[in-house]
Amino acid sequence: MIGKGIVIEGLKKRYGSGETAVDALKEVNMQVAPGEVVGLIGPSGSGKSTLLKCLGAVIEPTAGRMKLGDEIIYDNGWKVKDLRALRRDRIGFIFQAPYLIPFLDVTDNVALLPMLAGKPNAESRKQAVELFKALDVEHRAKAMPSQLSGGEQQRVAIARGLVNRPPVILADEPTAPLDSERALAVIRILNDMAHRFETAIIVVTHDEKIIPTFKRIYHIRDGVTQEESGEGKDFQ
Amino acid sequence: MISLAGRDIMHAWGKFVLTGLGLGLLIGVTLSMAGIYRGMVDDARALLDNSGADLWVVQKDTLGPYAEPSSLYDDLWRSIRGMPGVARAANVTYLTMQVRQGEWDVRAMVTGITAGEPGTPGWPPYLVAGRQITRGHYEAVADIATGFRLGDQFQIRRNHYTVVGLTRRMVSSNGDPMIFIPLKDASEAQFLKDNDAIHQQRRRTVETPAFNRPGIPDLLDEVIASQSTNPYVNAVLVQIKSGYVASDVADSIRRWQRLQVYDRIQMEQILVGKLIATSAKQIGMFLVILSVVSAAIVAFIIYTLTLGKIREIAVLKLIGTKNRTIAGMILQQAIALGLIGFVVGKITATLWAPIFPKYVLLEPLDSVRGFVAVVIICVLSSFIAIRAALKVDPAEAIGG
Ligand SMILES: Nc1ncnc2c1ncn2[C@@H]1O[C@H](COP(=O)(O)OP(=O)(O)O)[C@@H](O)[C@H]1O
Ligand SMILES: [Mg+2]
Repeated sequence: MIGKGIVIEGLKKRYGSGETAVDALKEVNMQVAPGEVVGLIGPSGSGKSTLLKCLGAVIEPTAGRMKLGDEIIYDNGWKVKDLRALRRDRIGFIFQAPYLIPFLDVTDNVALLPMLAGKPNAESRKQAVELFKALDVEHRAKAMPSQLSGGEQQRVAIARGLVNRPPVILADEPTAPLDSERALAVIRILNDMAHRFETAIIVVTHDEKIIPTFKRIYHIRDGVTQEESGEGKDFQ
Repeated sequence: MISLAGRDIMHAWGKFVLTGLGLGLLIGVTLSMAGIYRGMVDDARALLDNSGADLWVVQKDTLGPYAEPSSLYDDLWRSIRGMPGVARAANVTYLTMQVRQGEWDVRAMVTGITAGEPGTPGWPPYLVAGRQITRGHYEAVADIATGFRLGDQFQIRRNHYTVVGLTRRMVSSNGDPMIFIPLKDASEAQFLKDNDAIHQQRRRTVETPAFNRPGIPDLLDEVIASQSTNPYVNAVLVQIKSGYVASDVADSIRRWQRLQVYDRIQMEQILVGKLIATSAKQIGMFLVILSVVSAAIVAFIIYTLTLGKIREIAVLKLIGTKNRTIAGMILQQAIALGLIGFVVGKITATLWAPIFPKYVLLEPLDSVRGFVAVVIICVLSSFIAIRAALKVDPAEAIGG
């Protein structure tokens, strides 16, 4: 279908072995095009976090194939040597809670990522501040995380996920702590970013408020995914 | 790249400074302990330097006169002075005792010096006030650490003395200040019995038929007279002529006079290696314990600080921070804590050193050693925290 974005085929993940083994992912197939935001929905224990961890290269799947951008990163074994660099350069993470680094100000929380990739400080900060405009946290650039409201923190966390312009963003319940208005605002930003930077975004959620916004949704039950078309409501 | 450790410290500087202060006081105590040991060694050296002697002649088979009791006949010095290579020889007595002045007393090493001129072995080499002893009796030169001032009167045994001169840093190897008095007075103080004892002894002598012989009327008087003199001193201090080797002169005194003779190096070995050796070990033990306690505190604090950042560390790892960067962050914090501690410790040790009753010598080299030890301890004790941080699974940042 598409060269870029995310392609997952026949992904399996088994925790442990023998009698106590748990098959958290049995058959996962997903495709997310660049510029697309898809929802991943499923009951608790269905394997959502496991899938994000596999895709985020922090745990190793048991079998299957994963493609990020135009590179196969997993084919019954890792195809990439430096998973750390892969995470840093190619994947943006947005968590349920913002998890900002409390001892860095807003700008450096975001600029840290390009810095880690070896970019000069000034350039990294410039890159961060540019995003703040789009995310409407420009005025808080010098603040410490503890001085921000929950919504502002989450927007900074989104900026951090976006700053290295990764081809893929994985968001784990990004709207859980937000009220409906702010939750929709976050989804709007994600759509906007996906569109602008050709990013493929997977949003794990069971937030009723935002489910109707997805054009495409993957349901996962007992480690098996199933594609559905969503309402794709215009939430503007 | 920015300094993560620096930012974290700036963010929680209050916690850091307070912890560093606590650690610093501990380091201050450690430096002071080292200073106390150095002070003891320096006191011993000062004692040897100030005695003005090249050789110490003492009773055979003793480590006298400072480390063990020693007594010699008071006329021995004459024959020693006649030996080749000997420039000057002088009797000396040492007795550490409580010296009374009115209501209070002070512990001092009372030194008996022979009559003579300045430069005589045993004499204080320089005074900070007043003059040397000129009269044969009841004058004293005291170290200012005794608290005496010029003109003060004090009591040793039955006799009263007037302070005519003051010295500085004239101390025994125990750090007790010295008081110089004429040799006769000093040996009386050391060897003379009290009146009752003299009476008793006289009575016993009179009752002894062997001494009390009607046929030889002078015998009893002679015996009693010999009992009340005390022809003893603790040591003879010897200065050798230039051109002679101390050990050669010592050898000939040893051979001809059948006495124990120590040169400067041997004397220092006796004082430092024997007299204060137990104290030195005691202090060494204390230093070990303090180092272990400091290490435990640094380890505990750094570990706690790190545990409080587990989530942040998981996030840092997830977004691609190298293990090296995270380990470096923790290591730098430990070292920073050590630096704060060292600065505080150095300052406090310097401030409170003069308050100690005994001499505390803070040697720059000890500070350097202490600094290196602090850094090593901090590095080692950060390992536990680093291990904990490296074990953090980046997957923890993604919820369950
Ligand atoms: N580290 C693990 N070890 C063993 N089993 C696990 C582990 N993590 C998750 N599981 C199991 O895998 C299944 C899927 O879990 P998870 O991916 O967390 O689901 P979700 O995020 O959808 O709630 C669950 O049955 C869970 O108990
Ligand atoms: Mg989950």
